[in-house]
Amino acid sequence: MSESKPNKAPAKTQTKPGILGRIKAGGAFVFSSKIAVAGLVIVTFWMTVAIFAPLFTPYGPLEQDWKAPNEGPSKAHVLGTDELGRDLWSRLIYGARVVLVLMPVSDNYWIPGGTAIWGVLVALIIGSTLGLIGGYYGGWIDEIIMRLLDAMMAVPIILLYLIIMAALGASAVNVVIAITIVGTPGIARLVRSLTLDIRTREYIRAAETRGESPWHIMFIEILPNARGPIIIDAMLRVGYAIFAMGTLGFLGLGIPPPSPDWGSMVAKGREFILTGSPWACLWPSLAIASLVVGLNLLADGLREESMRYQ
Amino acid sequence: MSKDANTDPAVVLEIENLKINYETRKGDVEAIEGVSFTVHEGETVGLVGESGCGKSTIAFGVVNFLGPNGKIVDGHIRFQGNELVGRSQEELKKLRGDRIAMVFQDPMQALNPSVRLGDQLTEVLTCHSDISEATAREKSIQMLKRVNMPDVKSVMNRFPHQISGGQQQRIVIAMAMLNNPALLIMDEPTTALDVTVEAAVLDLIEELKHDFNAANIFITHNLGVVARVSDYLCVMYAGQMVESGPLADVFRNPRHPYTIGLLASIPRLGESKLDSLLHPIRGRVPPPAERAKTECIFAPRCDYVTDECRKARPGFTPISNGHSARCIYALEIENRKRTRKRKKAEDLISNDAGKKEDLLEFKHLKVYYEQESNSVFSLFGIGEKKQVKAVDDVSVRLAKGRTLGVVGESGCGKSSLVKGLIGLEPITDGKVEFMGIDTTKMVTARDTRLIKEMQMVFQNPDSTLNPSYTVGKQIARPIKRFKTAPRNEIKKEVVRLLKAVRLSSIYYDRLPRQLSGGEKQRVGIARALASRPDLIICDEPVSALDVSVQAAVINLLLEIQQMFGSSMIFIAHDLSVVRYFSDDIAVMYLGQIVEIGPADAIYAPPYHPYTEALLSAVPIPDPDVEQKELRLSGNVPSALNPPSGCRFHTRCPRRDMLPDKGAICEKEIPPWRQSDKGHRILCHIPLEELAKIEPVVRAPAA
Repeated sequence: MSESKPNKAPAKTQTKPGILGRIKAGGAFVFSSKIAVAGLVIVTFWMTVAIFAPLFTPYGPLEQDWKAPNEGPSKAHVLGTDELGRDLWSRLIYGARVVLVLMPVSDNYWIPGGTAIWGVLVALIIGSTLGLIGGYYGGWIDEIIMRLLDAMMAVPIILLYLIIMAALGASAVNVVIAITIVGTPGIARLVRSLTLDIRTREYIRAAETRGESPWHIMFIEILPNARGPIIIDAMLRVGYAIFAMGTLGFLGLGIPPPSPDWGSMVAKGREFILTGSPWACLWPSLAIASLVVGLNLLADGLREESMRYQ
Repeated sequence: MSKDANTDPAVVLEIENLKINYETRKGDVEAIEGVSFTVHEGETVGLVGESGCGKSTIAFGVVNFLGPNGKIVDGHIRFQGNELVGRSQEELKKLRGDRIAMVFQDPMQALNPSVRLGDQLTEVLTCHSDISEATAREKSIQMLKRVNMPDVKSVMNRFPHQISGGQQQRIVIAMAMLNNPALLIMDEPTTALDVTVEAAVLDLIEELKHDFNAANIFITHNLGVVARVSDYLCVMYAGQMVESGPLADVFRNPRHPYTIGLLASIPRLGESKLDSLLHPIRGRVPPPAERAKTECIFAPRCDYVTDECRKARPGFTPISNGHSARCIYALEIENRKRTRKRKKAEDLISNDAGKKEDLLEFKHLKVYYEQESNSVFSLFGIGEKKQVKAVDDVSVRLAKGRTLGVVGESGCGKSSLVKGLIGLEPITDGKVEFMGIDTTKMVTARDTRLIKEMQMVFQNPDSTLNPSYTVGKQIARPIKRFKTAPRNEIKKEVVRLLKAVRLSSIYYDRLPRQLSGGEKQRVGIARALASRPDLIICDEPVSALDVSVQAAVINLLLEIQQMFGSSMIFIAHDLSVVRYFSDDIAVMYLGQIVEIGPADAIYAPPYHPYTEALLSAVPIPDPDVEQKELRLSGNVPSALNPPSGCRFHTRCPRRDMLPDKGAICEKEIPPWRQSDKGHRILCHIPLEELAKIEPVVRAPAA
């Protein structure tokens, strides 16, 4: 930078922001909205306990204590135990792990990234691609893609989940597939509408004038400019996915037991509410609710904040 | 209407030392700092200045429409003797009543799209006074007739989208005049309109001023427009009024360096690059937060600045009756030496008129769009297909190193012509030859070597650059794609291009949002140059820029043409700019070229009647110039169903020159009439007759 003489430029020299600078700018963006901060606190809490689960509890999620089934909160078990005497706090945070941090592909093979995250990610990739193609090409290609997606949207979501899971069987991978299939049409619609707007800009015409390939224009010129709304939508969708996982687990179609799944924990615990131990049902319900609310708050706050600049 | 010619007309609005602030996250920002002026009955006060100078803020301050974060912090606004500052919303309503009206830039936003125009008009009357619906309707119809609206009865029953933009603006003006306001504020009322429509609306504004005797405030950035309608001129700069005075005084005898700079930065109609240079003002309008508080606000951009200017904010120096300027050297400015050199005055562009080989040739080019009719059948794809003839039988030649200007109103097919050339729109018929190669194919089917020879500069600085990538990356992309530089030298090449468009290498890592409009446009030009094209197509490259920046970009394009020897196609609606920039000019109307030839031949008789009308509509920033008033009636017909014979016959003002009132114009396609020097006119009227027409613009007798 030293040899460049600012002959015409205004005095302020802005250099490219480094990674730290970008994080700082992003942080300032989040922290300017109280709603987003509240959401961020909740989400960060769950992410932390999920990542460092073994540090937060002495018990394993499957460890059973025959002498203490269906107990309320105590010194030994912070949140109490379930009907098999398993520690609820431990099951809760290992359950968060499955949702947010690690996904079981098979019994002893886990991949990083939670089930809900993977579901949304795959839906995002497929949905964005379809939306970009439909929006950029238009005409009958658009017509075919969008009518097919409309047909998928016409089926009630819960029914769609049930059909997919009943057909594929209960496993984490199949949950990801179900979330993907249900999430794709919405994302495709969003990306398509953004594409329709962005493709009229002059920099797209400049790219076409250069004879760039449609793929270059779609993924390099258009997609990065649609990222704001897509990121916000993805956050909301992670919330819906967690919700869906809870529903599937509750119906016995989610991640199979004995894995600590929040939905199946609620389903099992529900049976013991009237016998005087509502804890096994209460905590996972609260966990689902708080995480979904947290993600929603974060997305809403970010959306509000980004709108204010326009 | 004048009661007594001897007494001064009554003061309607008096603004004194007005200060307006906007609250932002970073604290208050001063938008207007101490502006004073008065508006009399039957007088138009023009507020001119570049964008961001606070013109509109003053207007919004008067009507108390500043929004939640704007507030008047000091000063007085007196309307018909009543103080408006510091009153509550209710009191203001009572004081102003229906006595202040406002007309905005975009008529489509001022009209409710879902209510019939007649209902919108009558509502204005019934809302403020209790007159019956029928009388209100009657009055509205009369007012519409007054604003020269054709076919008034049916217009009353139409919706806003069913009439043209010029008609919409007439409706808005009619609405504003319905209650006979004492003060009419117009904020860029003609900026969104085509030049011929603009001329007609300006005529109307002028007429209404005489008839209704209202006080007018006319806000615009266009010096030509303001010269046509104003009596008194206030030049705004960065929230301050820098010069004010009677119109003719300010234009003949500008005393503030900013006013002088503005006038020097626009080409006069008929001026060309061969005989004069444009002088842009350096830099740009500073945003409110960066304005100097203790020195002359214009000092950073001023050519005459001295140390004296940096000591304090200058006050107004009176020059003559009513004319004053906020400059300490106002009285002696013409005799002062410039303290800063203007940018090196390059030699005037040489005109090597020698015969050059053709670079590009259109032969009977046609670009049609298919449009399905609104019938049930078209749902199933068997309906009648209609064709929009966007470009119909156009033949042009462009020689190497020359510039072809294309002018015409919106919808005349300028953009379709260019799209067909560049291969973004399929060519229906005809031929395009570029350096002897057939270029009728779509861009996707073209050879990269051909693609790289044609690049474009776009209109809108805000959308010409991809907001996600840095300037460096965007200029590097065409270099990579067309391999104009080896991989390891790309960065060097980008910096070289940045230098060529007069930007320093600091800009390499900037994102588009960190640049001003003029800078973005420069980057756009650099990107177009990156593939070293033989032909640069400029689609209205300066029309979205501020006046002082416009000149800089035009100069840059000229320099680049000298440096790289590229040919250019220059599309614009501003006839002065096109004339200044181009060697040859083609005038388009409804998909056809009606006149083509060397630039100087187009701007002197013989004219095509359409060219004549265009020229007489151009607002000229000089109140002393005499300009013929020739207005076109009606609207541009639809390209779906163009008129038979001569396409211009429905609006032609010169048909009377032919026998039978031009019956032939409706039946037969006019012949090309060849004048000298490759000047051709598409008209039934013989050249000798056309040549007898007086020139449109006549400079004042010196």
